[in-house]
Amino acid sequence: MSDVKKIKRGVDIKLVGEADKEFAPDKTVKTIAIKPIDFNGSRLKPVVKEGDEVKAGTPLLYSKDSEQVKFCSTVSGEVAQVVRGAKRRLLEIRVLADSETEYVDFGAADPNTLEKEAVIEKMAASGCWPFLKQRPYNVVADPEKIPKAIFISGFDSAPLAPDMSLLLEGQEKEFQAGINALKKLTDGEIHLGLSAREAPSPVLANAEGVTINKYDGPHPAGVVGVQIAQVSPINRGETVWTINPEHVVIIGRLFLEGKFDARIRINVTGSEVNDRKYHNTIIGANVSNFIEGNITDGTNRVISGNVLTGTKIDDDGYLSMFERQVTVLPEGDEPELFGWLIPKTDKFSISRTLPSWVQRKFGDKKYELDTNTNGERRAFVVSGEYEQVFPFDIYPVQLLKAVITQDIERMEQLGIYEVVEEDMALCEVVCTSKMPVQSILRDGLDMMRKELG
Amino acid sequence: MKALHNFLKNNVKPTFEEGGKLEKLWPVYDGFETFLFVPAHPAESGGAHIRDGIDLKRTMNTVIIALIPTLLFGMWNIGYQHYLALGMDASFMEEFIFGAIKVLPMVVVSYGVGLGVEFLFCVIKGHQINEGYLVTGMLIPLIMPVDLPLWMLGLSAAFAVVIGKEVFGGTGMNIFNPALIARAFAFFAYPAYMSGDSVWINTSVQEGQAVVDGFSGATILGQLATTGTTSYSAMDAFIGTIPGSVGETSIIMILIGAAVLIYTGIGSWRIILSALAGGAAMGLIFNAVAPYAITEVQQQFMAVPYWQQLIVGGFAFGIVFMATDPVSGARTNTGKWIYGFLIGFLAIMIRVFNPAYPEGVMLAILFMNTMAPLVDHYVLQANIKRRQKRTLKTAEA
Repeated sequence: MSDVKKIKRGVDIKLVGEADKEFAPDKTVKTIAIKPIDFNGSRLKPVVKEGDEVKAGTPLLYSKDSEQVKFCSTVSGEVAQVVRGAKRRLLEIRVLADSETEYVDFGAADPNTLEKEAVIEKMAASGCWPFLKQRPYNVVADPEKIPKAIFISGFDSAPLAPDMSLLLEGQEKEFQAGINALKKLTDGEIHLGLSAREAPSPVLANAEGVTINKYDGPHPAGVVGVQIAQVSPINRGETVWTINPEHVVIIGRLFLEGKFDARIRINVTGSEVNDRKYHNTIIGANVSNFIEGNITDGTNRVISGNVLTGTKIDDDGYLSMFERQVTVLPEGDEPELFGWLIPKTDKFSISRTLPSWVQRKFGDKKYELDTNTNGERRAFVVSGEYEQVFPFDIYPVQLLKAVITQDIERMEQLGIYEVVEEDMALCEVVCTSKMPVQSILRDGLDMMRKELG
Repeated sequence: MKALHNFLKNNVKPTFEEGGKLEKLWPVYDGFETFLFVPAHPAESGGAHIRDGIDLKRTMNTVIIALIPTLLFGMWNIGYQHYLALGMDASFMEEFIFGAIKVLPMVVVSYGVGLGVEFLFCVIKGHQINEGYLVTGMLIPLIMPVDLPLWMLGLSAAFAVVIGKEVFGGTGMNIFNPALIARAFAFFAYPAYMSGDSVWINTSVQEGQAVVDGFSGATILGQLATTGTTSYSAMDAFIGTIPGSVGETSIIMILIGAAVLIYTGIGSWRIILSALAGGAAMGLIFNAVAPYAITEVQQQFMAVPYWQQLIVGGFAFGIVFMATDPVSGARTNTGKWIYGFLIGFLAIMIRVFNPAYPEGVMLAILFMNTMAPLVDHYVLQANIKRRQKRTLKTAEA
């Protein structure tokens, strides 16, 4: 078997609000939305207008940079609304779902017998292509490029993350078909990362044609970027693609059944959710399905995704494309008297300035955290802090400073190609100076992409 | 609590907000409000939604807690040395109170002047008030001799805030440790009040009191530099019942502070440990070459066992509380080892080679503050080279 790679730097933040390992009764999805904001750096153009009838697999948007790449509806129904924000920026395309889903027929095919171009064409036309993310820059993969490898992380180590075994249960065939299709896209290997700490989903463990690596350590061990850095860090000029396992399954369905069947499973978590369960749903589903009447009173924050990298959405907002989790936390909008002085036990800290460290170390302390930043933004003062939770051979603060000073050459030298936002999410959490680390890094990635293409 | 916050929000805040009568003083109001209340800033809608419970205020506060043992011991020791010099018996409380009367005004002046100047800058520039001075303001009185006139202390504090910090852009941007800037300023501007034999012990006498015969107020380092021997034992130096700057004398109390800093993760153990190693290394070298020194005094000074070099003077205080300043020190973990080692090494070297500067650690830290970016530069270059090599290797393969 493969050897286990140890991830030493990182931290598991244990939160109150884990989901029970069972599924809630299915609810029909009434509306879905596709959000261009989920696809960094893509210039998307809508091809439908309000009132159009669509099927699952009908393109809603296409990419101006790569016209064959379509972003498709996940349900059949009527385009309800094209939501635009300030400066007519496209925010969402909402589709009202029929009770029975009709699918566009793309034709089943065995990917092993197809040419590479045919695989790309099928995936691009059906809406499966945007599942592939490209590094550097964390953008939708460019079908013209050949990645040196494709990486899949087979476990999620983020706080309250879903159990991959439940998400993938019973989908061996689909996953394998998806892998077979992906194999056509790269000359290199497909790396699948599994946790050494828990029994992996048999769907993943038994997959063929992949190189399995095991990782042992705290979060961010399950973040695909960390796994890339362990196996083969991205060098200048190289391209690596990443994809989530649940999306591999959807690609598998495309080849097995000829349709864009974007059903996924998610978990609904967080201290403010009453009934925390797993749900069968579909990409882009309205989250009111899971949280309406199911969250506590008071001001809450609904997050599409986990607490580290997710996006705040409205109570009736929509699940983001790449998320497999909905988290609801109390909003931290109460001022706190001498909050910086009192040694509170209910706050998490990587430093030991708060007593909660002892509880974390010598007990199974679970935190009920709110969204308060616990302080104001400051210049970088403390050093050596990010390094405790950042398992890369990169100097994180110096990299961010290069971004802030817009020094392209230095960003490149310091390894900006190797990281994307989620890799540095924990740095943002532990930052004493409350730096918006992920958004700074995003700016840097956008700058690099604009400058170097 | 809620009532207080509402009162501030409804009755006080509008005066300072834009359009209010005192809008120019907004930074001052903001400083006080955020001192009272951690503001209700929820995280942005994207990015991490939960944050560490630590902020800069808590960080600074932790350092102050670590400094308290040295402050309290310093107060007592000032009184103890005073009554010892006068040959009088005094109770523990009398000694402590005497010291407190001397030291507290120093603390008040340091904070008053320093924060005043800081507030002024923030009001002029419209910046938020930063927490940096909370620690600096406590450090300054602790590294000064007790008899330094208060106006000199205040001037030094003002100099430290303006030249040491604000001209660079405030907390986080400064090159030098501001507290050491204050000390260096006082040291070079008023040398008679900052060095010699008469400034370390308060010998003010009231009627009927007199200094005992044969009294010398010299510090251990002063004695060593002039005679090559000292009248104090290593135990005295360890406990701290010796003359010296207010907070620097007691190794025990400094060790307590170091334990707090290292345990909480606020102070870098890498710097402290490597500075100790650097000091010990230089001490050992001196021990080895002592017989070859030119003068006899120097021979004796060099022959002082290396471990005793580490417990006398401001060395311990400097490496625990000043070298670990993250802003002016090296910022990379590898860099911290080098930075700390050189501070220790240079501190002992300066103190032995140049008796005019018995406090080698101050100059060693200031010098290494200058060098810290260079140290980090080479550490980063190594990282960059490693990455380039990797790229070349895969390109060839």
